[in-house]
Amino acid sequence: MNWRRVVPGPEYAVVASLVFLVVANSVFTPNFASTGNLWNVLLQVSPVMLCALGMTLVIATGGVDLSVGSTMAIAGAIAGVLVERSMALALVAAAIGATFVGVLNGTLIAALRVQPIVVTLATLIAGRGLAQIISHDGQLVTIDVPAFMTIGRGHVGPIPLPVLIALAAVVASMFVVRSTALGRHVLAVGGNPAAARLAGVPVRLTIATVYAASAALSAIAGVIIAARLGASDAAKLGQNMELDAIAAVVVGGTALAGGRASIGGTVAGALLMQVIATSFNMLLVPYAWSLALKAGIILVAVYLQRPRRV
Amino acid sequence: MRTRALALLRGSGALVALIAACIFGVARYEAFLTPENVLNLLRQNSMLGLVALGMTFVIISGGIDLSVGALLAIAGVVAAMVSSRGSFVAVVAGVGVAALLGTTNGLLIARARIQPFIVTLTMLIAVRGATLAISAEQSINVDVGASRLVWLGRGDVAGLPSPIVLLLLAYAFGAVLLRFTRFGRYVYAIGDDAEAARLMGLATDRIVITTYALSGALAGLAGVVLAGRLGSGQPVAGGGWELDAIAAVVVGGTMLTGGHGGAGSTLIGVLLLGVIFNLFNLEGTISPWWQWVLRGGFLLGVVVVQSRFQRKTP
Repeated sequence: MNWRRVVPGPEYAVVASLVFLVVANSVFTPNFASTGNLWNVLLQVSPVMLCALGMTLVIATGGVDLSVGSTMAIAGAIAGVLVERSMALALVAAAIGATFVGVLNGTLIAALRVQPIVVTLATLIAGRGLAQIISHDGQLVTIDVPAFMTIGRGHVGPIPLPVLIALAAVVASMFVVRSTALGRHVLAVGGNPAAARLAGVPVRLTIATVYAASAALSAIAGVIIAARLGASDAAKLGQNMELDAIAAVVVGGTALAGGRASIGGTVAGALLMQVIATSFNMLLVPYAWSLALKAGIILVAVYLQRPRRV
Repeated sequence: MRTRALALLRGSGALVALIAACIFGVARYEAFLTPENVLNLLRQNSMLGLVALGMTFVIISGGIDLSVGALLAIAGVVAAMVSSRGSFVAVVAGVGVAALLGTTNGLLIARARIQPFIVTLTMLIAVRGATLAISAEQSINVDVGASRLVWLGRGDVAGLPSPIVLLLLAYAFGAVLLRFTRFGRYVYAIGDDAEAARLMGLATDRIVITTYALSGALAGLAGVVLAGRLGSGQPVAGGGWELDAIAAVVVGGTMLTGGHGGAGSTLIGVLLLGVIFNLFNLEGTISPWWQWVLRGGFLLGVVVVQSRFQRKTP
């Protein structure tokens, strides 16, 4: 019996807050506790969830990926431009294009030891420009291919397809973190890079892999949104997604210092932020104030897990 | 000695690039060295210059401030809202609000010990929200009576546009503060090794808080100048300026790891980026999207070159 399981950690705090908010909203917010709204919340959260899963791995190595939103826009733009020709080509090209951004991030961070925040800041700027260039120089790319739009709008039984995709990604990430060598390497690199290197962990490869994974997951999120909207808007797609993804991760209890990865916490964190956003929406709280509250929640979550002064 | 030589090389690297860009500009475009173009270039970059100066203090102390764009916006909106009470009140209120929020950043970082990145990121979100709320998502016109506020943005002092005069004064002040005062030395000491500085008995918390307050105040001043220039406070102003400011600081040669750099090198960084974009505009065939790609690529190139230097420094 692991003692950590007995002591309530940050994950328990976020799960408790989530349960509390869902119950409170079910009682006080009209129409909150309906099947339609449940699926709507899950559908809305799917893209954030995908980005947050990749972000969890990146943050666990002690890094951060600010370029997720731009990567989504690149994937959406590539898919939107190519989908008329062939859907398979569009999806493959979107995946390759986006993953290339991740590999670039990872290589510069791992091999040249440039700070993650600067590298991904630069790819955030350049990536957004690139997405605009791909979209025939800043055009709104409309997509009219029913098969492609199914990715964002389809259902399996009552479950929206994006929710199933996000669920699959959650399961896969849990498996990677808990049961694979890569998962252990991620935690080792985040915990102490020098020690990890001396212990024979392929530090550079691990770092490059997590940024590539983050970009690939963002690409799926971008394709889902483009498919759901039936259009790819390079200026808007994925804007500020980095904030939402980082918020979900830190609220979920993955420490920014690295060395820990809580996929379950990230899932709860993303759901918590979405429940708050949805209930604000339903209670007609102005968007502006919901931003301020969101910031407050992130700060409190990080404050509770801050390092102690020795 | 070797560190000093490398630091000098780093600083002058940007200077050499700036001179090269200017020579290229003079050779290729007749319009480059006209007084209108030069003054325009300086005026357009003066507000970013103020923001980047504050960022320099924060980065030298080993931190980062992502909230500057949002602080700039709220300062402009607040100044415009109170401008009917006169220019002085408007400027003080605008700069004051931003300085107060900057101080809050510093308090959360130094006292609550939360990472600068997260504190200023959440400040960015919260302040953007608050700015949209107090302005009802509309741009707020500056009162016609606040002529001095408008003068700050559009007027001139002995032929020089006032934002440029303000920029030069601010950099002179910043350079003196960093080079010749105890506070300045402490900022470098903390950026070099915060724990060692604390053990030596420096009031590290107070100095860190001051750098963020200064960054907030300078962002606020930039916001007030921008409101004067536009004749209105725009709630969406300053979007992405944190990136540009960080880019200018880094391009100038200040290391993101803290403990190195200076006001002069940031000014060179601001001018270099400004001249490059001025050249893009004069060329006229580079779409804004390509400019974004080049901007990101340029920043990447600079930090990659910097990382080479960094590893050689002991």
